[in-house]
Amino acid sequence: MSVLRVEGLDLEVSGAPILRKVGLTVDPGEIVAITGESGSGKSMTALAVMRLLPSGITRTAGDIALEGQSLTAFSEKEMCQIRGGRIGMIFQEPMTALNPVQTIGDQVAETVRLHSGASRRAAFARAREVLNRVGLDEDRFPLSRYPHELSGGQRQRVMIALAIAERPALLIADEPTTALDVTTQAQILDLLKSLVSEYGMGLLIITHDLAVVAEFADRLVVMNDGQVVESGPTADVIAHQRHPYTKALFEASGHQAHLPPIPIRRSQRPLLDVRDVVRSYPKPRESLFKRPSRLVAVDGVSFSIHAGERVGLVGESGCGKSTLTRAILGLEPVQAGSIRVDGIPPDRAHGRVQVVFQDPYGSFNPRHKVSRLVSEPFHLLDTPPTGAERDRLVGETLEAVGLTRDAADRYIHQFSGGQRQRIAIARALILRPDLIVLDEAVSALDVSVRAKILDLLAGLSARFQLAYLFISHDLSVVRSITDRVMVMRAGQIVEEGPTSDVLGTPKHSYTRALIAAAPKLPERKEQEGSADVLERL
Amino acid sequence: MLGYLTKRLVSLLASLFVASVVIFSVVEVVPGDPAAFMLGMNARPDTIAALRAELGLDGSVVERYLAWVGGMMRGDFGISYTYRTPVADMIADRLWVSLPLALFALTLTVVIAIPAGLFAASRRGRAGDYSIVGATQIGIAVPNFWFAMILILIFAIQLRWFSAGGFPGWQDGFWTGLKALVLPAVALALPQAAILTRVMRSSLIEVLGEDFMRTARAKGLSSGAAIWRHGLRNALIPVLTIIGLQFAFLLAGGIIIEQVFALPGLGRLVFQAISQRDLIVVESVVMLLVFAVIMTNFLVDLAYVAVDPRLRRRA
Repeated sequence: MSVLRVEGLDLEVSGAPILRKVGLTVDPGEIVAITGESGSGKSMTALAVMRLLPSGITRTAGDIALEGQSLTAFSEKEMCQIRGGRIGMIFQEPMTALNPVQTIGDQVAETVRLHSGASRRAAFARAREVLNRVGLDEDRFPLSRYPHELSGGQRQRVMIALAIAERPALLIADEPTTALDVTTQAQILDLLKSLVSEYGMGLLIITHDLAVVAEFADRLVVMNDGQVVESGPTADVIAHQRHPYTKALFEASGHQAHLPPIPIRRSQRPLLDVRDVVRSYPKPRESLFKRPSRLVAVDGVSFSIHAGERVGLVGESGCGKSTLTRAILGLEPVQAGSIRVDGIPPDRAHGRVQVVFQDPYGSFNPRHKVSRLVSEPFHLLDTPPTGAERDRLVGETLEAVGLTRDAADRYIHQFSGGQRQRIAIARALILRPDLIVLDEAVSALDVSVRAKILDLLAGLSARFQLAYLFISHDLSVVRSITDRVMVMRAGQIVEEGPTSDVLGTPKHSYTRALIAAAPKLPERKEQEGSADVLERL
Repeated sequence: MLGYLTKRLVSLLASLFVASVVIFSVVEVVPGDPAAFMLGMNARPDTIAALRAELGLDGSVVERYLAWVGGMMRGDFGISYTYRTPVADMIADRLWVSLPLALFALTLTVVIAIPAGLFAASRRGRAGDYSIVGATQIGIAVPNFWFAMILILIFAIQLRWFSAGGFPGWQDGFWTGLKALVLPAVALALPQAAILTRVMRSSLIEVLGEDFMRTARAKGLSSGAAIWRHGLRNALIPVLTIIGLQFAFLLAGGIIIEQVFALPGLGRLVFQAISQRDLIVVESVVMLLVFAVIMTNFLVDLAYVAVDPRLRRRA
């Protein structure tokens, strides 16, 4: 008997369909992955199983059965017994998914007490046992720890502990590793896999990451626009890619942008020259009378970027890459070393270096029109263009990033995520800079959109002789868009070289560990025209 | 934890020092010589000089500041220029009215606001929520003296449950004293409760949108239990800040209510002292209020630590 059987599930929000005829099954000891782009309905499917849909969304048809019992007939009170008892669920954001004012022991024990009615002491003993099982041993992680004292990966382990404390028949994991570094991701996926076989539970994992899916899941459910377009054993789905959407999705995930050749160096002087840069922060004082010790975020980093070069900077969270970026942009002082843009300090090299951030929406003022947002950098110029000249430049730049001129009169909320990132690129481009710093600029985008943005960046580099400093935790993206890559760890650059060499034959052990931990897409056959399919869908 | 406490304590002392200097200087530069004021228009200069000496108004600024601060530390606040009685006694009498009144009003505020805010937030967008938000609108808009007059009309004049004003003192028993403070405390508390309800409501609504609330539901808590066990304590953090501010306001800002109910409180004392140029009383009461505010903030800081473990730094 299947642990979970969803049949013909329809969801609606005020008459508009969200899910249509969704069906899937999860067997004991089986890992089933739902994949698809944002808005495809994968999270809604999971929340419908938990009967925790946001208010306003209702189930209009279909049935959900847990171990043969229909969940739709249960009262809310009975569902409370099932949630956390027979179905455990973990979420994407380990940093915010735990109550910040309760100890981890309290939070795990709460699940136990809710469902088994165990005594306080027994519940804490069980909490200890489960936390040990998920790799948080007693010595370093006593029950009295608070979430803020743990890293993201450790918090996700606590989440897993409280979801599996009652040995549920089904575990639902909604993007459980998306917010984590690759090495942590690999550990968490290993843990989940071992728990599935040990407890014999079914695991329904939701992820947008096809590489994770390919290595991890037994069966695959591909969703698009509220419908299941294809499902089956993972190897089979990947090998045949029967549905054009599946094919397009895989194509976009492994997308390789066609980079133009690096222009011939016309000057010996690099465009960006970073020499022995150190950036440290004072830590909070331990006592009033002691000098605070310092945290060294960037530790003697040197590199240079020449005109037209595309350079990647990879590393895990906390390695100092964001601090280094801010220093290059002139947003932070450095304690030692120098940063020069064409010979001038960055805070005076107005407009030569521009930046695109990860979250395009958060970096725009929602009350300004796109024309104003894009022309904002003009204030750096001594004589900013005005009137028709300004409008012409805005229009040209919007066209250069693949938007139409009439976008100038609209507001940022009227655009999709990919379009917003194009607008962010337009803003960076309008002064015709020599270097654009892209800080995780495609990380929040769906694969199909990401592929198009990478193509756009490659095209712009060719057209404007742009150099890029591309900061990312995602090795596949860096492989696609850079000529040279630097690997950063604990404030230092541990390896540097041509991208294909560093990622193909890494020398440093840390680089090797990073590459080993990153899930890989299976080899693809050459396929034509898939991008057009995505366009049509 | 200890480091946090010492830090707070040091900043408390520093604030007190700065406040005392500021209060002293302001009173110094205020025009009007208390001695001349007390003796009237036709006083002879040598009489004024003699009185100045008697009041301790001669001597250098530093000497007088040190004498003032030193006196306060020993509980000696000086002698009132106008009444010729120790300021400490005057303040003590008034404090026995103002402090219980403030605490009473604050208790009412919290007792009304926390449940009302909780109720409104958990029924967001429904009738219960709208009625509470509407009521807080009125509570904030209507001045407290108007509430005071309405309360007197209903409960003192019509129903005759309470007296319309005055304070019998605590010597006739706790309940007699408390009874006299009921109407003023309610009048003071209503607008404060309206403000605090709104803070509680919006703070809880924000917390309800947090990921850990979804986690609580996913582990099998009902929505009510999730709010009670995980929402409330997180929502209290901003509420504590407001409670601290409100206590300070209630202690010092009750002057209109004291006037309406003819209560011999601190507010009225300061008001009278200012109009009579009784600067030493003004100085002392203001200093006392500043002390109360700073102490309240200190207590609020401690309460933060109790509620939010993220503030307890481990060594």
